[in-house]
Amino acid sequence: MELILSGAVGVLAASGIWLILRPRSFQVIVGLCLLSYAVNLFIFSMGRLTPGAPPIMPKGGFVDPTLYADPVPQALVLTAIVISFATTALFLVVLIGLRGLTGTDHVNGKEKSEA
Amino acid sequence: MDNPAAMVEQNLLLLLALAPFAGALLLTTLPRQAEQRAALFSGLTMLASLGLLAGMAKSITSDNVLTVDIDWIPTLGLSLSLRVDGFVWLFATLVMIIGLLIVVYAGFYMKGKDRLPRFFGLLLTFTGAMQGILLSGNLIMLVVFWELTSLMSFLLIGFWHGSAAARDGARTALVLTASGGVCLLFAILLIGQVAGSYQLDAVLKAGPEIQAHPYYGIILALFLIGAFTKSAQVPFHFWLPGAMAAPTPVSAFLHSATMVKAGIFLLVRFFPVLGGTELWFFAVTGIGMLTMTVGAVVALFRHDLKGLLAYSTISHLGLITALAGIGSTGAITAAIFHICNHAVFKASLFMVAGIIDHETGTRDMRRLGGLFRVMPITGLLAIVASAAMAGVPLLNGFLSKELFLAETVAWHNGTWLDDSLPYIAVVASALSVAYSLRFVMSVFFGPLARDLPKSPQEPAAWMRRPVELLVLICVLVGVLPALTLGPSINAAARAVLGDDLPYYDIAIWHGVNAPLLLSLVAFGVGILLYSSMARGIAAGPEGPPLLHRLRGQKLYDQIMLRGTWIWPRRALSRLSTDSLQPQLRLVVLVAFIVALGSLWHNFHLAETLRQTAPSPGFALMWLIGGACAIGAAWQAKYHRFAALVMLGGAGVVTCLTFAWFSAPDLAVTQLLVEIITTTLLLLGLRWLPNRREEILRDTLMPARVRRARDLFIAVCSGMGITAIAYAIMTRPRIPNVGDWFLANAYHSGGGTNVVNVILVDFRAFDTFGEITVLAIVGLTVYALLRRFRPASESIDAPEQQSGNIANRLDDYLFVPSTIMIWMFPILIVVSAYFFFRGHDLPGGGFAAGVTMAIAFLLQYLATNVKWVEARLTVLPIHWMGIGLLIAAGTGIGSWIFGFPFMTAHARYVTLPLIGDVPFATALIFDLGVFALVVGATVLMLIAIAHQSLRAARMREQEEEASKDANKKKETPVWN
Repeated sequence: MELILSGAVGVLAASGIWLILRPRSFQVIVGLCLLSYAVNLFIFSMGRLTPGAPPIMPKGGFVDPTLYADPVPQALVLTAIVISFATTALFLVVLIGLRGLTGTDHVNGKEKSEA
Repeated sequence: MDNPAAMVEQNLLLLLALAPFAGALLLTTLPRQAEQRAALFSGLTMLASLGLLAGMAKSITSDNVLTVDIDWIPTLGLSLSLRVDGFVWLFATLVMIIGLLIVVYAGFYMKGKDRLPRFFGLLLTFTGAMQGILLSGNLIMLVVFWELTSLMSFLLIGFWHGSAAARDGARTALVLTASGGVCLLFAILLIGQVAGSYQLDAVLKAGPEIQAHPYYGIILALFLIGAFTKSAQVPFHFWLPGAMAAPTPVSAFLHSATMVKAGIFLLVRFFPVLGGTELWFFAVTGIGMLTMTVGAVVALFRHDLKGLLAYSTISHLGLITALAGIGSTGAITAAIFHICNHAVFKASLFMVAGIIDHETGTRDMRRLGGLFRVMPITGLLAIVASAAMAGVPLLNGFLSKELFLAETVAWHNGTWLDDSLPYIAVVASALSVAYSLRFVMSVFFGPLARDLPKSPQEPAAWMRRPVELLVLICVLVGVLPALTLGPSINAAARAVLGDDLPYYDIAIWHGVNAPLLLSLVAFGVGILLYSSMARGIAAGPEGPPLLHRLRGQKLYDQIMLRGTWIWPRRALSRLSTDSLQPQLRLVVLVAFIVALGSLWHNFHLAETLRQTAPSPGFALMWLIGGACAIGAAWQAKYHRFAALVMLGGAGVVTCLTFAWFSAPDLAVTQLLVEIITTTLLLLGLRWLPNRREEILRDTLMPARVRRARDLFIAVCSGMGITAIAYAIMTRPRIPNVGDWFLANAYHSGGGTNVVNVILVDFRAFDTFGEITVLAIVGLTVYALLRRFRPASESIDAPEQQSGNIANRLDDYLFVPSTIMIWMFPILIVVSAYFFFRGHDLPGGGFAAGVTMAIAFLLQYLATNVKWVEARLTVLPIHWMGIGLLIAAGTGIGSWIFGFPFMTAHARYVTLPLIGDVPFATALIFDLGVFALVVGATVLMLIAIAHQSLRAARMREQEEEASKDANKKKETPVWN
């Protein structure tokens, strides 16, 4: 499982990085989404993989922390998901604005002569 | 000092320090046109300050020092302390008297000009800052006020910011005096460290220690740069003539009693601390004499009235600086005396120059002449004031200049500079006589000037009154020095040098002695100089021959141009790029190299790998997920829709992974956000350009090389991330902070869903920050979209929506849209369900908020913007505002009960029918989160949805512009 998930994170990250190096704004936005998946999964996996033990506690009584998944990376990733949605939206708006202002979807605002 | 009288005086002192700022605050509330009231208020403020100073006069003349100390940050040695002794009192009184007269003068000079309340407000703030320098009993405070004078003088000099000269002059003054201020700050910090205190009283006693310290040289250099930039000493003098672009009342104020005198004040004040050494003498007296001579030479050759006065000011400042450098009892007394005298006659001369400018429309001495005939009273005033400047007997300038000459002759320390002092002094005095003569002769005598922009006449009486009063002071002090200024000057000198100073009798007649002879020589040479050179000067360039090419201003401009424009641009063009891709590539590469560098040799797997039993289902899932990711990367250029679908696929697999590994909250949130993101991007597709044919050169060699390189970077980075992720995931789990959260969530947070308890209770402050960010992003999106010109759309509206067959709109996607409309209440219930179970089970404010946003979104999708907004008033900004308020209010609420910010409280309450319901203040906080998430998300989605409306509206407007210009489009309900 660990191997599969780490491989998956790698594939997502590689696709994302390749895309953010592309010249078209849509490519960059898709790349950022993929990268945010990769990063979220990466942070999440720092709490180790624990199937079938969500951090929902019994009401009262002794709690053995080793029996549950680590809640801290989950809390971190939960906010990260919402924030990455917000940045995606912001980037999309900049993209629309760029297109309205310059007429192109190249990230530099003009069709390049080189590179 | 606990007696009532001392208390009263302390309060007077506090009032005095605050009065100008309070007055300025009052002025800012006045309307733009209230010029009369503005002048009146500032005049009254100055009068009140003078009254306060008069209230302290009695104890000052008996050599008391008034102090007020209020601890501010005692651990840093910072306190708000005010301190008045004889020297400060005299200086402050001078500032206030000149200030009052300037206000009267400005009230008439600036009549009818715009923004007068602002002008007087700035003037008062500047006065307050200047007075702050004088009153500060703490050195750090002194530096703060010092900087404030730099800032305020910038605003005052550049008050008429429409003119380029004013802007340049203001900027030069700010750059120079503020960089001097930085040097001064460093000097003060060093002094404070050496002396062990920043309190002025302590520092004044620490002179010997500081002078013996190895840092003395550095301290002195930094200190002098600070004082010299402010007091316009060579080579920093050139900001002062540039500052002549200021309104004349400002010049008259800044360059007589304030601003430039601040540096002199510091030199005299710190003489007991830093002065008396040979280094001090050479630096201060040397620069002072140089400045005095250079200023006088240039003043003689200037054609602009204010230019002449500016350089004359520089010259006189040099004189005072030289005296501070000598530092004997007589020299310090003479310095203080000349500070007052110069302020009085220079202020009156600047005002006269302003009157001439005001009445004739020019300040060029070559065009002026014979004005005595049309303005005899002003002429007489100018003649007396210039005579004071030249040092004619029976006027105040004569007395202090005599004291100066006496010191240059009488005082010795056996150096070459000391020996040459009398000669330099005579040369400079002669020049000063010459330029004073030029000022009077070329303006008031000779043939009456013709072709002036205005026909000259006597100015309004009240514009002349301040000049009259100042000239009267010149004469009174000149005739009766011992009765007028004598006691105050002596009190001031005692305050600087020590209480046991012998009384220094200032008299007008000391018999025929060396200073008098030197004076006479200077007069003779000066008159000769002027009479022989007058024609040549008038025909010559603006500035002395040869020297006028070598100007500090030009050098400064060159340095500024290169330092702040040419070189940075060159560096930027070499080191940076506007293009996004190289920057991103650099970011990725640097991250990769840093990671590689720190992990090299350190990378190893755990000895016993933590392994979870592999599941084929999971492997299959990620086979699809990985394929989706790669497919999205591959197709994002030419097949955006396909890429978007595959992106969604990768997202769903990610979501399932969260669910698989015990993170139901994440799975729910990821799924909901996935829906919103996809919708958002789908909306955005509309504004991207068509890309059906291959882009030119896309298949050429350079493009292939580029892609191969990026692919290589991407693959290497991906492998690196995989390796790190695997290495960490397989390590055994170690106890961490999460265990504490698990153990205490129910016990102290009152909830069983630990993730939610962390978000809304344990780490609520972080969440508060995060939702604030979300609100800011939402508002930014909204604001940007209102500003942007909508991009041209790549596809037309579908046939069903176009206007021609609008009646078919009713049947458009009839069944799905009906279902979607009916989903609205159901989604609200789902959202509420998520919200209420959040504290104990997966769900919570974020998930509920996004669900609610989806409910709104569905309405927009099912019908259209107009249909929704006719039936449903969505106010996203209100939602956001209320959300933030609730969240912050919950946090603040804990203050009321005496707990720190964001302390949560939890309990169960029993509701009828429903039973025990967990009720925690965290739930209220979560309600805030919920409302904000709804608001921000809906705001963004609707803003983008409205783009197409705007585009359509703009199209229509362009079409109908010719037909019906008045037809206004209704504004949407939601904004």
